[in-house]
Parts: sequence; structure tokens; C-alpha cells
Amino acid sequence: MAKLRVATTSLAGCFGCHMSFLDIDERLFSLVEAVEFDRSPLTDIKRCGPCDIGIVEGGVCNAENVHVLREFRRNCRILVAIGACAINGGVPAMRNNIDLWDCFQEVYQYEGGTEGRVVPNDPELPLPFDKVHPIYEVVKVDYFLPGCPPPADAIWRLLTDLAAGREPRLDYTMLHYD
Amino acid sequence: MSGNAISIDGVAVAFEPGQTIMQAAEAAGVYIPHLCHHPEFAPHGSCKLCTVKVNGRNGASCTVGAQPGMVVENNTAELNDGRRALTQMLFVEGNHFCPFCERSGNCQLQAVAYFLNMTSPHFEHFYPPREVDASHPEVLLDRNRCILCELCVRASREVDGKNVFGIAGRGIQARLVVNSHSGRLGDTGLAATDKAVQVCPVGAIIRKGTAFRVPVGKRLYDQAPISEVGTHVTGQGHGKT
Repeated sequence: MAKLRVATTSLAGCFGCHMSFLDIDERLFSLVEAVEFDRSPLTDIKRCGPCDIGIVEGGVCNAENVHVLREFRRNCRILVAIGACAINGGVPAMRNNIDLWDCFQEVYQYEGGTEGRVVPNDPELPLPFDKVHPIYEVVKVDYFLPGCPPPADAIWRLLTDLAAGREPRLDYTMLHYD
Repeated sequence: MSGNAISIDGVAVAFEPGQTIMQAAEAAGVYIPHLCHHPEFAPHGSCKLCTVKVNGRNGASCTVGAQPGMVVENNTAELNDGRRALTQMLFVEGNHFCPFCERSGNCQLQAVAYFLNMTSPHFEHFYPPREVDASHPEVLLDRNRCILCELCVRASREVDGKNVFGIAGRGIQARLVVNSHSGRLGDTGLAATDKAVQVCPVGAIIRKGTAFRVPVGKRLYDQAPISEVGTHVTGQGHGKT
């Protein structure tokens, strides 16, 4: 049987969901038997090719997040939102009711530690949005796995269910929002 | 079926004259999802989560009186789909961020969402600007998490006799307000032991200094669903009362 091709990325997230993914521990050995990774922090491949499953951690907080998210949607047959941030904005969305310029001033100008106390303005930096949004407000998402982060067992269940062509089903203790 | 009994999902449930469907169900240990209902207070009928089919027509089980022979549908896919949509709307209308909410694991909104297997809020988020009031030395009021169930309003008026809370505005402008000259909680006679503090089903009214006594993961709804462990958490995260 051909290996499933899986891509993963972290947008406006903390990589905590990826860490929880690695927490499946020795089951990683079974996973690499069945799965080949495309674009992912684990492979450092920079562009996503055609995949069976795309796993997205984090919400959308800037223009680059949207480009990456759309690339995933174009290429992945099944797109999965993983973790609180991808599903409702999470911790980054705490800034949603604070003016963006106030945020920048607080971070770069009022506090010490940044050189010259200027707000970075390099053209290579992605344009930030005034609010952080969950990914399903930008692209269609096929499955959601909540949690901050979701437990490793829940990630394993989701992946094995999808790999087997089953509708993913979580036990009660695997579904939590915190 | 004879006498004072109704049928809920095909099971006979006895009732006392004057009881609502919700009261009869609770007495029989049948769970009907709800948020604004509390057994110690008069029915409010606002959250509509407890909507059931009564003889084929939708009705809020907390306000419809039980009548002999009523046929009630409760735990059906159709009703639970509607309840899930209502719950999702409650999530996007406020700012409900479970990972950093003190009430997480003891929150009835969250517990109902778990029960209904809600994996995403589905709708576009409002991210409404809501005010936090930390002026009271012992109680925190975080309007981001308020679902306007009015339980604190009712408890403060009917049990505490203080009339500390009210709802102002209409529709999306509706918000929880505090009855003091400054509009701040610290300028009211609210005490941390008041019923109004204990009845909040979500993380809107939190007793300071107690929120993390029970760690996340070991709270009421972390291991078992609300349909099994019940709803009556004290406001302070100590578990079932």
C-alpha cells in the first residue's frame, strides 16, 4: 500500500500541538511505516505538494499565514485544524480587542530590549492583521481536533482513523478545549 | 401509561402536578441539556438548549408543564444538532477561550459543548469588546465569558436581596451591568459568599484566589460528561455540590 502523504504547519501557534504530536512516542515508528511527510517543521520542506492529510496548528494572524493556509488547502485532500488557536484563535486572539498599534508600541517602544525602540518595518515581514482568526474562517476545514494542546492519544486516534478511511471518533476524555 | 406520567424518549417518567418537563426529568435522573435553568430558581426559558419535542412540537422543557400522557423526545440527533448550533452561537458571540479560563473543566457551557460533541464553533467569531471588572477585592467579573443566563441577576435579587446585577441593552448590545453609582463591582455590597457568585455556570463571575485549587484535568467535567455528573458546581471549582 502506498504511504499516506502528510503535511503539517504551525501558523499563529506555539508549536505546542506539534510537541503533543511527538508525544505519541514509540508509535512514531509505526507512523513512519504508514506515512511520508511533505512540508512540515519535521522535514523542513518549504512548499507543500499534493498530500492526503494536511494538519494545521495555529490561527491566522498575518498575510503569510493566509498564503500558507491556502497552499495547504489547495494541496491536501483532507485538512485538519488542530488545537485551540486553529479553532478559535486561542491565546494569540487575546489581542483581538487591543488596538494593533497599541500592541506594537507596548512591545517595541515602551519596553527596553529592542534596538532603537522602533517598530520593525522590513518589507519582508508579513503584514499583520488587526485580529487573529481561526483557520476555518479562511478555508474549508474537514476535521477539528480541539485542545491546548490536544492529547497525543487524540492525535494518534485521529491519524489512525483517517489513515484507515474511518470517520474520526474521539473518546470523551480526548475531547477537551483546555 | 396511566396517572401522572410522561414519556421521555420512550421511557415513562412520573411527575408531580405543577412540575415542568425539566423538573420531572431531573427528578428521574434524565439529563436534558440546559444553561439558564437552575432547580432553585423560577424558569427563565432564554437559552433554549433544553428544547424538546412535546407531542411533535418544539418547546423549552424548563417552561412547559408536564401533562399526563405527554410524549417527549429529548436525546435525538435532530434536537442535539440544534442544541449544538445554539452552543456554537454562544461561543462566537462572546470571547470564550478555555485554555486560559479559570472555570475550564467546571464550566457548564464547555460541558454542554463536550456532551454535544462540538469540535469547533463553526460560525464566524464576533470577538466583541467586553469589559472586565476587577474592582471587587474577592470577586472578578469577566464579561467576555458571560452568556446572559441571568442566574446571577435572579440570585442577587431573590436570594441575596441585594439586586447587584442586571442586563442592559438589547440584542447584540445586551450586557451584564452592575448596580452601583460607578457601575463597578467593588462599589456594591456583593460578598464572595453570595448566591450570585456561586450560580454562574461559566467563567464570568469568579471568586478570586480559589480558581486553581483543583488543577485542570481533575475537574468535574474532565473525566465524565455533564449528563452523568450533573450541573451544580459551586461557583468556585470545588466540584459537585
